[in-house]
Amino acid sequence: MKTFWKTGEPYVLVTGAALAIILVMSLTLVGVVMTNGLGYFWPQALVRFELKDGSVALGQITQHEKNPISDIRRLQLKIGNRDIYGQDFRWIDEKDITSRTMPEDAVLLERREHGNYFGYLKGVTAEGLNLSAAAPYDKLQQALKLVAAKLDATGKIKRQMSDLNSTAERIRLKLLKLEYGGKDKNAADIGELTAAREKTMAEFSRLNEQATATQADIGRITAQFSDVSGSTKDIALVDIVALQQPNSMSFLAKCGAYLERVRELLLDDPRESNTEGGLFPAIFGTVMMVLLMSVFSLPFGVIAAIYLREYARDGLMTRMVRIAVNNLAGVPSIVYGVFGLGFFVYGIGGSIDSLFFPERLPTPTFGTGGILWSSLTLALLTVPVVIVATEESLASIPKGIREGSLALGATKFQTLTKNLLPMATPGIMTGLILSMARAAGEVAPLMIVGVVKLAPTLPFDSNYPFFHMDRKFMHLGFHIYDVGFQSPNVEAAKPMVYVTTMLLLAIVIVASSVAIYLRNRMRGKYTTSTF
Amino acid sequence: MAQNQTHPQEQTGNAILSVSNLNLHYGDTHALKNINLDMACHQVTAFIGPSGCGKSTLLRCFNRMNDLVESARVEGSIRFNSAEVNEPSTDVISLRRRIGMVFQQSNPFPKSIYENIVYGLRIAGINDKTTLDEAVERSLKSAAIWNEVKDRLNDSALGLSGGQAQRICIARAIAVSPEIILMDEPCSALDPISTLKIEELIEELKSEYTIVIVTHNMQQAARVSDVTAFFYLGELIEAGGTRKIFTNPEKKQTEDYITGRFG
Repeated sequence: MKTFWKTGEPYVLVTGAALAIILVMSLTLVGVVMTNGLGYFWPQALVRFELKDGSVALGQITQHEKNPISDIRRLQLKIGNRDIYGQDFRWIDEKDITSRTMPEDAVLLERREHGNYFGYLKGVTAEGLNLSAAAPYDKLQQALKLVAAKLDATGKIKRQMSDLNSTAERIRLKLLKLEYGGKDKNAADIGELTAAREKTMAEFSRLNEQATATQADIGRITAQFSDVSGSTKDIALVDIVALQQPNSMSFLAKCGAYLERVRELLLDDPRESNTEGGLFPAIFGTVMMVLLMSVFSLPFGVIAAIYLREYARDGLMTRMVRIAVNNLAGVPSIVYGVFGLGFFVYGIGGSIDSLFFPERLPTPTFGTGGILWSSLTLALLTVPVVIVATEESLASIPKGIREGSLALGATKFQTLTKNLLPMATPGIMTGLILSMARAAGEVAPLMIVGVVKLAPTLPFDSNYPFFHMDRKFMHLGFHIYDVGFQSPNVEAAKPMVYVTTMLLLAIVIVASSVAIYLRNRMRGKYTTSTF
Repeated sequence: MAQNQTHPQEQTGNAILSVSNLNLHYGDTHALKNINLDMACHQVTAFIGPSGCGKSTLLRCFNRMNDLVESARVEGSIRFNSAEVNEPSTDVISLRRRIGMVFQQSNPFPKSIYENIVYGLRIAGINDKTTLDEAVERSLKSAAIWNEVKDRLNDSALGLSGGQAQRICIARAIAVSPEIILMDEPCSALDPISTLKIEELIEELKSEYTIVIVTHNMQQAARVSDVTAFFYLGELIEAGGTRKIFTNPEKKQTEDYITGRFG
């Protein structure tokens, strides 16, 4: 028995078991997220229930369970039609069900507001639209296409309006600046600008009228539906995002609908206080924030590590700095958030505002949370990781390389740039990967330095100066928190939480994979690096 | 630049390196005690002695590699072509270009063979392709490795065997046309055949360069060197013609060491 312990076999088993447990836990996590997230977009059947009390219900079955009190099996039905019934879900005891059918002509409407509508199509009122189809469902589909085309046109007008709006805003700020500089002195300029502004505003209101008229026009095109209990409802076609008859869809059609939903998720804006629609602004915000963060933390971290390892004398001071850097990595992230708010937002941002944008005050420009401050705060949070990784990989380079280079008459700097840095790059990349993964998942500090539930504009667009570093942005991590725990209709938002989680994981994995691929390519070149 | 310097041939017979009253401390340790030694041009000088006797330390004084050791403190004088090496005003960069060094562990850079050889030239600002090509061929030929690597100059130098890598390091040192080549136990990590090749190489290089070699291997010192210096506990015990040292040493300690009675 004693020899058995001596062999070390049991310890090997323990280490193996620990690794297995960790693997199982991570895979379970990913598995749960994937199964719940991936299934969300598959068109589910609409089931019609007739109950013992004579009432009927139509909806999608979301789960089965045993009632914990009466021990009766029951199922949860998503009945939709929130505007009519006041709730999205209801429980039905299985013993009350007399029949269940899947009506072929049941339609599912995804609407811009009030969640989904489940019911039957009655007819289409399409004045001014030339519809060739005869069957009501085909007619509705055709009408929807025409309405979408008209909406596109108004979308163009709206973009023009937003451009005009930002032009007008710029002129207003210029005017304010001139007025602060002295009304009499700049009278000529002020007059010119006022005229320009008025012209812009006139153009804006002309377009506005046009857009309002078109929208009113489109709004008159409606379709009539009745729900399962027979009460009818007129729904404007503009409010319909998607139309399905899930019970009569072929497998291919379901695949098409699935892909369409995935496209919507990746490329469209969110609707219904983020519980429906797409995630594009959040994806964009997350990726841009992480990239900006890397731009800040990578050079600073690498330069700091080079100084610490190559130039600083190894004394008490250096050791203290090194300990401080290591400890920085362990500071709770919310502390960084508070620091970012105080230092970056109020301190630096406030100074920038009073120096460069005094005409906009008291409306803050940089003196409020934004993507720049968020990136800087996270860069602060991740810079220790980069420093430690860079130092480690510099330290792991054999002494012979340095001496060989110096003995050939190279300066310390040449040795660094020609030999040490290329050899340390794989290690630096490892640090970058770790810091990117950490930054992408961090939410707490962002909540106070610039992430918002819904940002009306992206931090990058076609308006000068293109990168709007002062803008607030959306973030997938915050989106999970917000949709999952802050929305009024948590049950309906649940699938969205899974989908968002999946996307966040995917972004981290993709970013890491790219970095790992680059690192391995470099590692092939400099095989002596062991880090 | 290396090319413009007076070529060693012109000074044959003179001491190219002369050490006088050299003391070196590592912190509190007195590592070199009052060394006086002249090294003649176009000769191979071998430093022998037991481990820790200061022979490598002395070698590293010649090209100021001890500057890298923070605790090292050097007193006394080393004259290289009558210029003082230990002056703070000495241009260390150009000094190291004129006094090349080969280390105990071969240390090729993780670059191609070609880039390894031209490293010293590139950092000196020479990037002309024909000059570099010419230097690569010349130094690889002098290091007797041209035939083995001429077809794979662009392969990584890390793929070479120990003996080949060490000869690449010698070629790399030769490429910048130094006057002196310092060798710090260049064969201690090599097999007998590679060792033999390096020894033959030292014999050939002698005509163009002055060589100072540190070695643990007394047979090696006897085979390759013209002058041998025996060190013990930081002191230079005896220096003289190799034949004399090995056949008729003046000091008892030297005799004990070379006959293997201690060390």
